[in-house]
Amino acid sequence: MAETDAALDAFRKDIADWIEAACPASLRGRPMTEDMIVWGGRRWEFKDPAQKAWLDAATERGMTAPRWPVEYGGAGLSRAQEKIYREEMARLQAPPPLESFGLWMLGPALLAFGNEEQKKRHLPPITRGEIRWCQGYSEPGAGSDLANVQTRAEDMGDHYLVNGQKIWTSYADKADWIFALVRTDRDAPKHQGISFLLMDMETPGITTRPIRLISGKSPFCETFFDNVKVPKENLVGELNRGWDIAKYLLTHEREMIGGGARGLLGGRSLGQFLGGLDGAMDDPVTRAEAMEVEVNSLAFAMTMERYKDQAEAGQGVGNASAMLKYYGTELNKRRYELLMSAAGSEALEWQGPHGGLAPEWLRTKANSIEGGTSEVMLDIIAKRVLELPSR
Amino acid sequence: MTTLLETEDETMLRDAARGFVTDAAPVAKLRENRDKSRGFDPALWREMAQMGWTGVLVPDARGGADMGHRAAGILAEEMGRTLAASPFLSTAVIAATTLRDVATDRARDALGRIASGDAIYALAVDEGRKHAPERSAMQAERAGNGFRLSGAKTFVADGGSANRVLVLARTGGAPGEAEGLTLFDIDAGRAGLSRDRLDTVDSRDHARLSFDGVEATGDDVVGDVDNGLAALQTGLRAGQAAIAAELLGVAGGAYGMTVGYLKERKQFDRTIGSFQALQHRAAHLWAEIEVTASAIANAGRVLDETPQDAQLAVSLAKARAAMTVDLAVREGVQMHGGIGMTDDYDIGFYMKRARVGAEWLGDYGYHAAQVAAARGF
Ligand SMILES: Cc1cc2nc3c(=O)[nH]c(=O)nc-3n(C[C@H](O)[C@H](O)[C@H](O)COP(=O)(O)OP(=O)(O)OC[C@H]3O[C@@H](n4cnc5c(N)ncnc54)[C@H](O)[C@@H]3O)c2cc1C
Repeated sequence: MAETDAALDAFRKDIADWIEAACPASLRGRPMTEDMIVWGGRRWEFKDPAQKAWLDAATERGMTAPRWPVEYGGAGLSRAQEKIYREEMARLQAPPPLESFGLWMLGPALLAFGNEEQKKRHLPPITRGEIRWCQGYSEPGAGSDLANVQTRAEDMGDHYLVNGQKIWTSYADKADWIFALVRTDRDAPKHQGISFLLMDMETPGITTRPIRLISGKSPFCETFFDNVKVPKENLVGELNRGWDIAKYLLTHEREMIGGGARGLLGGRSLGQFLGGLDGAMDDPVTRAEAMEVEVNSLAFAMTMERYKDQAEAGQGVGNASAMLKYYGTELNKRRYELLMSAAGSEALEWQGPHGGLAPEWLRTKANSIEGGTSEVMLDIIAKRVLELPSR
Repeated sequence: MTTLLETEDETMLRDAARGFVTDAAPVAKLRENRDKSRGFDPALWREMAQMGWTGVLVPDARGGADMGHRAAGILAEEMGRTLAASPFLSTAVIAATTLRDVATDRARDALGRIASGDAIYALAVDEGRKHAPERSAMQAERAGNGFRLSGAKTFVADGGSANRVLVLARTGGAPGEAEGLTLFDIDAGRAGLSRDRLDTVDSRDHARLSFDGVEATGDDVVGDVDNGLAALQTGLRAGQAAIAAELLGVAGGAYGMTVGYLKERKQFDRTIGSFQALQHRAAHLWAEIEVTASAIANAGRVLDETPQDAQLAVSLAKARAAMTVDLAVREGVQMHGGIGMTDDYDIGFYMKRARVGAEWLGDYGYHAAQVAAARGF
């Protein structure tokens, strides 16, 4: 789609005017703390009425899912327009109206693999923040070896009967629905007996148990399935071909984690943070590390942009998402190590002069584990990009 | 100089210490402390006193065991291995080392109370986010025959539970100058001294101490007025060497858990320890720990034999310990995968203690700079 510069300039002005009008001033420029995130869902309670107003306005214009087609609740923007939208959001310091696993992960998978009915049914509630999804992939015996999932779905004629256990399911206790990998053929080779199934968390037989993280919070859970009856229409794609969907979704997830692992103290840049600690930059070790992190961060941001453009040009990101995930998360961990070290003893309390820097730092340690570990990412790069022999 | 090899006595001490902390102070104990919001368990401290650990650096004549800095390092290292929490470093190492150089009856009595476990000391030295004794701004104004202390100290280890405080304050000079500082040994209950416990990630006792016109007498001065840094020097170095030793133990504990997990966890129908990518990293970590262990043993040896010349050895030990423990806990969490991120599992506690310990009494950058200066760059 060729867009003239004039058309994009007009779009920029239009979208900026809209953000100014639609996003309440009280939300803008606020540090991106936990309280600022709107996850949505049946049981969601807004921390601030301004957040609801902003979500409603964004929903009306399809701006919670800017790239999705209009008929599914999106805004149907082109990549160039979306980029402008993100730039204007950043410039005007407006928080995202909605964040969710539905937007980041399930949506793209449904758009690619779902049938028309599934798209119509599930996508609009995601864009409106009405239904909150969680991801049921990992199991006690299936982490890096994800294809080893054992939770099984038996064909009972008019429904599937699901039994088994998931683990590390982020926000399972707060989610309304789960998208899960289940084994539907136990005799087939491991990758070929997996299906992609959607389940309402209110279905009898599903229970969750929160697990506390080292950072003090409890956002992930064990999820148990005990004779859970699931309607057949909740199968996405073909039976036993769920692995393809799983992988497709992981590509999005990895790109998102890699690129998203940039959140820094309420949008402050590294320079702003370090500059606020007088004397911190006089220490040569801190200074050298800060410069290296900054150089890498800037180059990595350009890499994200380059790959997004490549994806847009129809070439997809493919296995390079493993690199984005690996690089972005490792960089983010280093950035937080640097912040902790620069802030010294001021950073050691759970809540201190720099807010919750310590728990944020601890939480970054999961970045290189969730969505596939750094080791698995490097394996993918070695095997699929470099095509190194396996023996 | 003696060799860097452990003597038979030292090995026995290590074995006994390891046995004791494994039984009496496993990580479960730290969880218990956390849940009870206490920095350490007083009963554990009493047991340490009975075993002579509190008197490890106290002369025989004062009721101590006088085993020396290498022995103190061995104890600290073994405590680090299970994250055993106690005021050992502040009291049995820093205060004991500082006070044994002071030839007053008061200091001698204090050493006796350290050995018996009755005295719990805290060292109040830093005021900013980084270790920098000479930057102390806290005032000790002369008042009559004594002094009046005003100002605040932060990141004071064991500051919430100590009954005595060693505090550095200015009787002259300006912040940034090494001259003009005086070291005081005062009762933690003295009027005008208030303490706020900090809720630090390692679940240990750290506090901010505020001094609002706290009165001190001439007898409270340790060493000479205006020469407090000299009075503190050996004690501070001993503390730096001991925290380095503790961090070596923390690294060793994290390494042990991690290698254990590599041997046990299966993915792709294999133990994950069979993946060369992980084998090499575990092997590298082991190598780093070995190299650091030498620096730690050396620091103990130098403190025992030529304490006046110990800065290079001590800073080398702390710089190495800070970097090694950082690697150990990062690799530890990562190689555990999801379970390493859970509070139910112990590895995260190692990461938290490592972060705090690496910062206390000078971080990697501080000590690397000391090494550089000592080496003439
Ligand atoms: C905060 C957090 C949130 C999460 N949220 C979700 C969620 O919402 N939904 C979900 O399904 N899952 C979630 N996960 C799970 C995550 O995807 C898994 O933890 C991850 O895939 C690793 O699996 P594992 O924990 O079993 O570790 P393991 O696979 O047991 O890995 C242990 C270690 O071995 C290494 N290793 C494994 N195989 C190899 C190999 N072949 N070569 C070299 N090294 C190897 C790993 O890299 C790791 O270092 C979450 C995890 C975390 C920490």
